[in-house]
Amino acid sequence: MESGDVGYLGLAASLVLVAIALAINLRLRLRLERELVVSVVRGFVQLLIVGAALAIVIDPDTSLLWSWLWVVGIVVFAAATVKRRAPAVPGLFWIALAANGVSAAVGFAVTFGLSIFPVEGRTLVPIAGMLVGNAMKSGIVVAERIVEALSERRAEVEARLALGQPWKQASLPIVRSTLRTALSPQIENTKALGIVFLPGAMTGLILGGAATTTAVTALGAVRRLFTSDHRLVALPRSRRDTG
Amino acid sequence: MPPAPPLFEFESVNVGDPEARRLDGLDARLPGTGLTVVAGPSGSGKSTLLRLCNRLEVPTAGTVRHRGTDITERDPLELRREVAMVFQRPVAFAGTVLDNLREADPECDETRGAELLERAALAASFLARDADELSGGEAQRACLARALATNPRVMLMDEPTSALDAKAASVLEDLARQLVDDGTPVVWVTHDERQMRRLADDVLLLAEGRAERAGVPEEVLGDGKR
Repeated sequence: MESGDVGYLGLAASLVLVAIALAINLRLRLRLERELVVSVVRGFVQLLIVGAALAIVIDPDTSLLWSWLWVVGIVVFAAATVKRRAPAVPGLFWIALAANGVSAAVGFAVTFGLSIFPVEGRTLVPIAGMLVGNAMKSGIVVAERIVEALSERRAEVEARLALGQPWKQASLPIVRSTLRTALSPQIENTKALGIVFLPGAMTGLILGGAATTTAVTALGAVRRLFTSDHRLVALPRSRRDTG
Repeated sequence: MPPAPPLFEFESVNVGDPEARRLDGLDARLPGTGLTVVAGPSGSGKSTLLRLCNRLEVPTAGTVRHRGTDITERDPLELRREVAMVFQRPVAFAGTVLDNLREADPECDETRGAELLERAALAASFLARDADELSGGEAQRACLARALATNPRVMLMDEPTSALDAKAASVLEDLARQLVDDGTPVVWVTHDERQMRRLADDVLLLAEGRAERAGVPEEVLGDGKR
């Protein structure tokens, strides 16, 4: 197993776990069996395709340009995923693209700039996957939460705006609490390092990347949810008095 | 001497999409002094009209003027400090009542805070109270004090007593009347006809996003036998 290859035995073992999940689902009548099977098959096929493509991309004989293109693909896909999860934020794709791009760039600058790893396809692509994947999760949490919080606390925001506060000041308490919510899982993960999670050289970078993405996404999203004349735009689930 | 321009003037104002207009070609004027009640059934556009006055909303078509000036020509933050608003439900910010006053006026010290509370019929001892722990009536008066902290020239009040008991509502009505007597015009939204009769110097009656009638209460509401 040193090569990291998963043999037929490993594959069978993972299917045992799927079978256990299916059994629990049937026993508790959760009616999730269809979703479960579809997601397993879909994930399996996706991994086969991606794995085959990845094997070619990270082959030492393949130009490094293909690895960089793969990284760009990861960043774009992550931005599209963030956008899909919080469609109420205008222009969120570009905000997430910038946030994920900055996270990846900072991570690469440290990893490769300090020669922690050599710049090769087999390091570049997985590191980008870890950095951007984690940053994407934080970006999704913060973008969704910003929309929810501004919607739920619309009355407070408008009470502040009505006092003549600019949008930045009026939204600050909400941005603060949202950033705390979004970053706390990352901080907890770091605390649990070595106890629950395997220690890894990338942890600091992942936390830093997630923090960067969270801050950039939160501030970018809030900016887009206010008009230039300091009004909060209409948001899903917001209750508007039409009296 | 030409007559003073109206406090607010609405000219062919639409708000909302064509299929769900909240205001639909509204033409109306609110007089420059006194207490004007904006009334009408639920969904008639009363709150929307009020929110246009301090630019928490903007029309999709038409013009809103404040004392003769198109409000889009005004700095929105400056306008909102001049045209203050008390909302239907009191929204207390985290912290003490004094912290709340400082959200409107960062320079507010205890002396100024006590003066503001006095204008809202609250004792100075409320300054140190946690704003989250006030009763509904106390919280609404603290919100009025907070709105007064920007030294407004107009006070907008959006059904401010709808969540209060009769006694707390009466106190707030007296405070609104006091503001008017001190020279600050008040625009008060309500659908309570008895309150309207008690309070109004002028009435603007809305129906389906349009001005139905306007004038002194006796003209607009009839003799009270309706």
